[in-house]
Amino acid sequence: MDFANAIILLLNYIFVPALTYGSQLALGAIFVTLIYGILRFANFATGDMMSFGTMFTILFTWYLQSVGISLGFLPTALLAIPFAIIFMIGYMLMIDKYVFKYYRVNKSPPVQLAMVSIGVMFVTQAVVRIIIGPSDRRFFDGEKFLIKAGEFKEMTGLNEGLAIKSTQVLTIIVTLILVSSLFWFLNKTKTGKSMRAYSDNEDLALLSGIDPKKIVMTTWVIAGILATIGGALYGLDKSFKPFTYFNNMLPIFAAAIVGGIGNPFGAFLGGYVIAFSEILLTYAYRKFFMYVLPESMEPGGLVQLLSTDYKFAVSFSILVIVLLYRPSGIFKGKVL
Amino acid sequence: MRKNLNVIAAYSIMMGLIILVGIFQSWNIALSIFNLCLISAVMTMGANIQWGYAGLINFGIMGYTALGGLAAVLISVNPVQEAWSAGGSNILFSLLLIIGMVLAVRYVLKKYEKSKIRTYIIATIIILGIIIIRFVSEPGIEAIEEVDPAKTGFLGGLGLPIIFSWIVGALFAGGLAFVIGKVALGLRADYLAIATLLISEIVIAIIKHEDWLTRGVKNVIGLKRPAPYEVNLQQTDWFINLVEKFNANKLNLISDFAERQAALNQFVIEGSSVFVKLCYSGLFLVVVIILLILTQKALYSPWGRMMRAIRDNEEAANAMGKNVVKQHLLIFVLGSAIVGIAGAMLVTQDGLFTPGSYRPMRYTFLIWVMVIVGGSGNNFGAILGGFAVWFLWIEAAPIGLYLVNLTTAGLDETHALKVHLIESVPYFRFLMMGIGLLLIMRYRPKGILPEKIEIK
Repeated sequence: MDFANAIILLLNYIFVPALTYGSQLALGAIFVTLIYGILRFANFATGDMMSFGTMFTILFTWYLQSVGISLGFLPTALLAIPFAIIFMIGYMLMIDKYVFKYYRVNKSPPVQLAMVSIGVMFVTQAVVRIIIGPSDRRFFDGEKFLIKAGEFKEMTGLNEGLAIKSTQVLTIIVTLILVSSLFWFLNKTKTGKSMRAYSDNEDLALLSGIDPKKIVMTTWVIAGILATIGGALYGLDKSFKPFTYFNNMLPIFAAAIVGGIGNPFGAFLGGYVIAFSEILLTYAYRKFFMYVLPESMEPGGLVQLLSTDYKFAVSFSILVIVLLYRPSGIFKGKVL
Repeated sequence: MRKNLNVIAAYSIMMGLIILVGIFQSWNIALSIFNLCLISAVMTMGANIQWGYAGLINFGIMGYTALGGLAAVLISVNPVQEAWSAGGSNILFSLLLIIGMVLAVRYVLKKYEKSKIRTYIIATIIILGIIIIRFVSEPGIEAIEEVDPAKTGFLGGLGLPIIFSWIVGALFAGGLAFVIGKVALGLRADYLAIATLLISEIVIAIIKHEDWLTRGVKNVIGLKRPAPYEVNLQQTDWFINLVEKFNANKLNLISDFAERQAALNQFVIEGSSVFVKLCYSGLFLVVVIILLILTQKALYSPWGRMMRAIRDNEEAANAMGKNVVKQHLLIFVLGSAIVGIAGAMLVTQDGLFTPGSYRPMRYTFLIWVMVIVGGSGNNFGAILGGFAVWFLWIEAAPIGLYLVNLTTAGLDETHALKVHLIESVPYFRFLMMGIGLLLIMRYRPKGILPEKIEIK
């Protein structure tokens, strides 16, 4: 019985939250990695682009709510996301046309493009804060829990409850659907294949008649979808605050590089690597050991490897270690 | 003279703008803008030697600034005797352990060939070391943090004049840069940018949460000053006489004695804060000028030529027998040390150390905007960038407000859109910075004052 309690404890406080957080990071990391692989620059506006997409989702959710449309037990935001994606893609293509295209055509070094993306970051951040303000916003509605801790305890008769929020399940399901369709697109369709070819070797790809304009446009469209959905899921699960989104850029970068930048599948797994190590290293294991160990050996302290304050530091340390020992990432991306 | 005309023109315009602020808003605001411009200028000079001279991208400016600030605390605050006796020995012992750990790792690195076993040995040393250090330091840290947590709760500093911290800040920042440089300088440019950005976040996390050293988010306030205090000035005779002399014209117009005295008091209060700011300006100006002379000399020295050669073609420079790795590390350390000075200056001016206020937007990206806008590779350009961008950053809100009022002039005062726009005026500064950066990158990629290389 104690053993079952310990398992449920880990599931409740480590596995489910880490899986959710990992999915949110994974979507962002694929976004970073796609831009890096095909447009060849590190996009420092990542976090703010995600907050931009989320902002549209929130605005449409408010509109739908005001008209009285809802999805019952599902959050209304799901209905708003497609509209938000359309606006987001429009924004992405506009930025590309007026900002990034010039440097791409002139074959500027990647560093210059990264600098330009900082300009885009400033502008996007300003626009988001001017339109929706810097404060914390929750836009979740519908049923909050799939399984409540109390119900679970009654059902199983265990001491530990397992609470699963509907947003957590939603995040994981949506991520799986989105990522698998993305991989299907990249591996099976003609456009997807040409994107991979372009990322692999630009000159050869151009030589074999691949249209670079189409590739770039498709990349921005996919990026827009990923950014909006990733941002909206994060906002539904936690809350929307522009500053948090800006900060999320850091673990997202870590995930993309750990997974091997330029490699979407690596980025997907990298998200989970970062999320799990952050939560595993900062969780206080005291209760777990109380269940598992006999009473005489119970630990006195919290049995916490690092305080939760260092959550971000964990992901960055992993990144630094990976950069040192395996600069191309765990799952072989572009070699530096 | 003629070829420096654009430099002179740009600086005159900048000074003119600050003087205009002094005339129309107040001299207090103008001087505080000017002081922060000077500090920004020091930061941009640091970033400029890394990016402009050597082409190294360093997004960790925030981390070095914070370390400089930490130096100011550790140098100037009086030591907390109780805390030292409560947990000082544990902390010192942990410090010894850390040094031992580093030496052990170094020994292993030197002694054995690169292999998997070596990696494992190093990993074991580090993990074991961290566990032992935690056991040793934990009781000490707890004891220190319990010493009067509302006022101290940390070890305090050395109790020296705060000016020394400017040098110590440079040493701290340079030391950190040495470690980071050893680890990360081999990376490609954009990876280096990301790595330094993340490392600076780690530095901030440590400063924020290691309360025994820095007081963390509880902040350290009331640091010593190199300049006199306003309150003391207001009671000093020579200062009152000075203010009286300065405002003689205005004061003579007032005939009533009581009224004249009240007006004089007002002038003294205003004058004292202006005077204190002027003291700071003087100190900062000295630093900026010394650094400017040094960096200019370096730029036109054989060493500067070598750095540019390395920047423009690393392989060719390497083939000519220049040690690229060593020079990169050197310039990385030098640039970061300069940023460290700026960090210490900043805390000196504010008189308080608030780890929570170090954010990448303000301390990393804004400095980069300054360097790019001003002109990378040109020290005068970098300084000008520091001035111009900081000026805009502060004055963006009034300008934004003016623009909002202008564009929504037809709307009613209580119109929802107008109210919303006026509320979001503070964020117009981000918009202006972003658009400014994008325009400069597009139409004047070398900055306002581009790099000019003349062979003398």
